[in-house]
This record gives sequence, structure tokens and C-alpha cells, in this order.
Amino acid sequence: MQPANLLPLIVVLVIIAFVLGYARSRALAAPLGGIKHLKSLPFYYAARAAMWCGLPALLVLACWLGFEGKVIQTLVVGSLPAELQPDSAGKASLVLSQITNVASGALSADFVPPAIVEASTRLTNLQQSSQLMMTLLVVCIAVLGGFLAWLRIAPHVNARVKFETTLRRIFFACAGLAILTTVGIVFSVIFETVRFFGKVPMTEFLFGTSWSPQTAIRADQVGSEGAFGMIPLFVGTLLISAIAMVVAVPVGLMSAIYLAEYASPRMRGIVKPLLEMLAGVPTVVYGFFAALTVAPFISGLAAALGLQASAESALAAGLVMGVMIIPFVSSLSDDVINAVPQSLRDGSLALGATQSETVKKVIFPAALPGIMGGILLAVSRAIGETMIVVMAAGLAANLTANPLDSVTTVTVQIVTLLVGDQEFDSAKTLAAFALGMLLFIVTLALNILALHVVRKYREQYD
Amino acid sequence: MTNSTSQAEIVRQSLKRRYRKERRFRAYGITAIALAITALVVLFSDIISKGHTGFLKTTVTLEVTFDPEIMYLEDATDPAQIRNADYLAPLMAALKREFPEVSGRSGERALKGLLNSYSSSEVKDLVVANPAVMGTTQTLTFVASDDVDVFVKHRDDSSYSLKLTEEQQAWTLALMERGVIDTSFNDVFFTHGDSRDPGHAGVLGAIVGSLLTMAVTLLLSFPIGVAAAIYLEEFAPQNRLTDFIEVNINNLAAVPSIIFGLLGLAIFINLFGMPRSVPVVGGLVLMLMTLPTIIISSRAAIKSVPPSIREAAEGIGASKMQVVLHHVLPLAMPGMLTGSIIGMAQALGETAPLLLIGMVAFIVDVPDGFFSSATVLPVQIFLWAGSPELGFIERASAAIMVLLTFLISMNALAIWLRKRLERRW
Repeated sequence: MQPANLLPLIVVLVIIAFVLGYARSRALAAPLGGIKHLKSLPFYYAARAAMWCGLPALLVLACWLGFEGKVIQTLVVGSLPAELQPDSAGKASLVLSQITNVASGALSADFVPPAIVEASTRLTNLQQSSQLMMTLLVVCIAVLGGFLAWLRIAPHVNARVKFETTLRRIFFACAGLAILTTVGIVFSVIFETVRFFGKVPMTEFLFGTSWSPQTAIRADQVGSEGAFGMIPLFVGTLLISAIAMVVAVPVGLMSAIYLAEYASPRMRGIVKPLLEMLAGVPTVVYGFFAALTVAPFISGLAAALGLQASAESALAAGLVMGVMIIPFVSSLSDDVINAVPQSLRDGSLALGATQSETVKKVIFPAALPGIMGGILLAVSRAIGETMIVVMAAGLAANLTANPLDSVTTVTVQIVTLLVGDQEFDSAKTLAAFALGMLLFIVTLALNILALHVVRKYREQYD
Repeated sequence: MTNSTSQAEIVRQSLKRRYRKERRFRAYGITAIALAITALVVLFSDIISKGHTGFLKTTVTLEVTFDPEIMYLEDATDPAQIRNADYLAPLMAALKREFPEVSGRSGERALKGLLNSYSSSEVKDLVVANPAVMGTTQTLTFVASDDVDVFVKHRDDSSYSLKLTEEQQAWTLALMERGVIDTSFNDVFFTHGDSRDPGHAGVLGAIVGSLLTMAVTLLLSFPIGVAAAIYLEEFAPQNRLTDFIEVNINNLAAVPSIIFGLLGLAIFINLFGMPRSVPVVGGLVLMLMTLPTIIISSRAAIKSVPPSIREAAEGIGASKMQVVLHHVLPLAMPGMLTGSIIGMAQALGETAPLLLIGMVAFIVDVPDGFFSSATVLPVQIFLWAGSPELGFIERASAAIMVLLTFLISMNALAIWLRKRLERRW
């Protein structure tokens, strides 16, 4: 049975367990003189039975689905004759994709050795039997769990406490998922990064000024040595982010100040949702806009001014990214400015300062730590932004500070290296993970710094 | 006396300058807001102006005579022969009837340029399914070729480079006058998956893929997010573990989305051996990405339930869990739903992590399950935006309009929910 159909089945079983548990607790209570002689309400007995029915079954289902693919792959590859046994991870994935393609009919059986055809039938058989076994196992566990819990319904059992304890543990596990995710991120980048540094020295990666991740297809190929220096990528990322911040910080900050200090409630009510709309536009839409409208416009304008601009100029990507970040800066600054106590404003105005003087000399300094924190978060957002630069920035890793030139960024390279066919073990693929690690560390550092700035320099007014 | 007069005088003299500064400062503020709103307006109008023609299709309606002779058919009842017949010939014959003056190989080739390359296989499918049409004349409507489509829609717009020759343009204009070439509502766009030909490409596959992915994301992230929020707000003891969890959640909320793509690639695909480009893996990755948003907004919703409600429930003997499940949760639900809808809207527009787990494949079929290869709406936009054909650019814009419609209605729903259901204490 398909896992998608198995889920409703489990739901049905859980409902049955609930109903039966409810009936049994009522039946047990009846000879004693009503449900007031039970330790808990019948609902809790029923809920406990339902939990015992559903939880283990769902856990087993999730584990099965998680490990099924890998186990079957290992079994199938292991069953291949010795001469076809892959000796590297790259070959293994090639053999595996051949087998799956034959099994799905995408590749004709005539083009591959008979052992592969055999393996593909084995794969199909294993998949079918795995699904059958999974269905049986999950249903058995659900029925068994429900039945055991149903048997253990007794008037003296305090089902409520047990139910609540289990629920609480589930809640804890859900909160703990956040730790697991972070651990997952760290592990998924760290292993590949370490392997990458086994192939390319760390100093070359960190301080190299040339990036051309070509790896040889043939050993004697010309230019087979790839260059993995991340400096040009990093400079490109910073250039585009800097352009974005030049747009976003003044516009975002000034609109936040105007909205907080000058605008009427009516105007606020109209302008704020409009700014939030800018934040809700998906990045792929900004990327489309940057690549197809802004970039041609800028290169046309530059040509009219007698300048040489690339069709994938950093300026186009940066400007559009700046527009994307405006609402981010403005909403964060707006919160901070509104948090400055009214008494400060009143004091300043009472001394005869104009409103703009109050803003510049009193409110802005008071809100500065929060604003700085917001800007740092915005920078981290700009550095990690992917779609706009993938669509509008170039692929050539030029080490330049000219905004009309084409530059590439860390995120663009990650996407380029990992989209499409990959050789699993090549330095090219591993380099993407090293870049991912770099990106993770930089954004993490910026976020922590932002939090630190806000905490350390925040003035306490209470 | 003179001293204080001069003081007041100085202030008075500086007033003009200070007021000027004040006005300038206000002007900066208004300019900033105007810039931001202009950017929004330019963005939307650009996409609408590029994309509205994507909702129209150009069709060619021809009287096609299925003459076995010109189709190289000896026996019109033999299925094997029918399958191998020449289906372009009857189409060309029908077109040539419109322009009897055209002759010669180059003329025919130019005429063929008006037809979509998929038309002959459409005719073939029709005949194979219903061999009785052999020998009859049918009025059939086809999607025109991409070049004709661009010419019909944008012939007055100098920014489009037309690929049709002068001769073909004249023919197209003539056919438009005769009603053979016509534009109508682009139903293909909403009923088909992706295609190599812009005229046959649609967003249905991407929409279904998005819905399947969002279903996985919602089913996992809403319960998990709410449970985590309840734990952190109501049950978590004040200790290092709790602090660590909170720090993690706040950091995850600011991690770039592409990092989640790397996680999906390394853990779900490489470690667990899950298939590439399927909605389940996409949904899992987006779940991890939206979880912090949902947890943070759910916590805010729980926090806004006043303590008096909790105290009252505790006062009549409810256990902590009963207080939460029976009282706090129902009252916090509107806020949680609003936060979740906004999180889902973010996930719906997300592209980068899905690129890494292989949801960029070219997939023609509409996905039929959580484990079948699929793409999603934003990725479809990305794919079309990178295509050289002009027809795909306008379809990318049209797809953006579809995506934005979804997003705006989700956000409107969230705002409506907030206004309608949220209680102020």
C-alpha cells in the first residue's frame, strides 16, 4: 500500500481505538455505579488507547520511509556481481541510476549488461515487498498497541496523568526539533566541507583570488586544475549587498521615521500594508524583474551615458535586492522608534526643538542600537539572498568593485554547482558545501552580533 | 538687557533656517515613502504589462481533409499504417488552400513556420483514437507557433524582436482578417503541465506540485509548531536546555533559505536515500524552514491570552494540560492560524532550497502523488524566465500573476482572520 494511503488507514484505526476505549471504560464503570468511580474521565482512557494505537505506528512508518531507500539501494548494489561492484561513490550513484532507470522503464534493458537488468527486477521486487512489509508491520503495531492499551483500561488507572505526561513529552520533542535542525544543518555542511579541504587546502579556499570550479573529465585535459579561491565570490556578495543596503537603509529608515513621527493614522494605515506587500513578494519575482526589466534598463542607460555596463551588472541585482529589503529595514526601525518613550519627545519639543531636531538629536540616538541591529539583520538577509542574484547576477567570478561589472556571489555558486547532474565526490560538488558552511557562519555571526548590539546598547527607560 | 535681546534675535534669525531644515526633513521622508511605493507600482505594472498576454492563446483553425493519398496511406484501415502516416501533409494542404499562390520548397517551408510543430502529432493522436475520420474533412483548431503568437500579440511593440519574415507577417495578417488565426482565452495555460513549446506550456503541473508540497508542509509544521510553542510557553522549565532551544529557534528564523536546501540534499536525499524532486522532500525542507516562523507567532498568540483565564481554570481544579488544551489553545488559535498562513505564504513563494533538492527538473506530467516527480510554481517561473523563447517570458509573467494571486488571497485570509477572530483583552 502507498504510504499516502496508509496514513488515512492509521487515522481510521486510531478512531476505532478511541471509540472502543471509550466504550470499554464506560462498560467497566457501569457495574461500579457510573463514571464517577473511574479514576479519570472516559475520554482520557479512550485518548490513551488512541495514542498507543497511533504513535508507535506513525513512528515506525516514519523510520521505515526514512531508511527504506538507503537499505534497498545497499541491498541491490551488494547483489551485483564482483566485476560490476562500484569502487567509488561516483560510480555507485551511476550504477544506481542505471538500475532505477531500467526499473522505471526510462532506459531500455537492451543497452545495459544483464546483471543490471537482474538488479533492476530485484529492485522492483524489493520495493514491492518493502511496501507490503511496511503496511503489515504498521497495521500490526497499530492494532497491537491499541489492543494492549484497551486491555489495560481499568478503573484504578489514572489515565489522565499518563495521557498528559505522554503529551508533554511529545510537545518537548517538537520543541527539540529546532535543535535537531541546527545539528542537521551543521552536520550536513561540515562533513562535506572537511572532505573538500582534503582535496583543496583551506588556505587556498579562504585566500585564493581566483574561482573557476572546473574539474577534469579526462585526466589529461587542459586546464583540468580547478581554482577554488572564494575571495572573488565574497567580494561579489559584499558588492551586491552594499548596493542593496545603500538603497534600503536610507529609504527604509526615512520612511519608518516619517511613518512613526509625522504620518497621520490614516496614512499609516495605507502606507504600512503597501510596504508589507513589498516584503510579501516572492524573491523569484524580484529576480525576474531584475533580470528582465532592470538589467536591460541599466545597461541601456549606461550605454546612453557612454559607459560600459554588463548585461548582468551587480547594480541591477543590488538595486532590486535593496527594494526587497526596504520593508525589512522599515518595519524593524518602526518598532524601535515606537519603543522610544513619549516623554523623551515631549521633553525635547518643550525645549523648543523642531520635530526634525527631536528626531535627529533625541529619538535617533535613543533608537540607534535597535536600528543597528535591524540593519545587521538586513545585511545578513542580503548576503543569504539567492534567487535575485541567481537570475540577475552573472556566473563569472570577477574580482571588481565596479557596480556596472558582472560579479557572482556565494549563493549563485552554490546553486550552480548543485543544480543538475553532480558527481558526488568531486571537489566541485564539495565546494558548494564549503560555500554553504561559509554562508552559514557569516550569517550566524551577523545575527548573533545583531542580538548582541541590541542587548548591550539598549537604553533602559523603565 | 541688550544681551538677552540679541539672544532672542539669534533664535529668531535662525528660525527660518530651522524651519527650512524641518521642511527638508519631511520631504526626505515623503520621498522615501514615494520611492518605495513607486518601486512596488513599477514592479506590479511591469509584470502585468508583460504577462497579461500570457492569458491569451493564438490559434489557427483549418479545414483539414484527411486524404489517404497525400498521407502516404495505402490501406486507411490498417492501424500500423495509420500510426506511421504523414500527418503534416493534410495540414500543409489546408494551409496552401488559403494561399494558392505559394509554391516551391522555400515557400512551403515559410508557410510551415506558421504551424506549431506539435500540431501534426495532435492530428495523429486524433486519427489514431478515431480512425473513422479518415477520408473526411474536419474543422480543427491548433495552437499557433510561438513566432506567430508573438507577432499577433506584440506586432505594434518595437521592443519585441519578431522572428517571422515579412512574407510570413503578411500571411499572418491575411489569415487574421479571414478569421483563421484568432486569439482566445488561454485554457491550455491552466490545464497543462510544462512543455518545450510555449503554446502548450501550462501551470497546472506546477500548481498541483505546489499544493502537494504545501500539504506536506502544513500537515507537519502546524502541529509541530503549535506543540513546540505550547511547550516553550507553558511547560518549559527555566534551564539551559530551554535557553538553547530558544536560541536555536531564533537563529533558524534568520538562516538563509538556501542552507535548508543544503540540509535537504545532504540529509534527506544523500543520507536517507529519498528520491529527488518529489513533493515529500520539498515539503519536509519547507517545513523545517517555516517552523521557526510558526513557533514564534504561535508563542506570541499564547502570550496574549491573559493570565486571568489560566488562573480561573486552575482555580476550579483543571490540570496544567487541561488549562492549556481547553482554554489557552482555543483562545490563541486565531493568532496561531494567522501566523501559520503567513508562514505558508512564505513557503509557497520559496524557490532556492527547492532548486537544490532537484525540483527544477523538466516535468511534463501533472504530478499524481506525494512521491511523483514534481515542480512548484516559483520554480516553474524561474525555469521559464531563463528560456530564450519570448513566449515563455510572457508565460512566466502570467505564472507570477497566478502566484501573486495565491499569495495575496492567503494574506487577505490571514488579515480577515485576525480582524474577525482575534480578541483584544
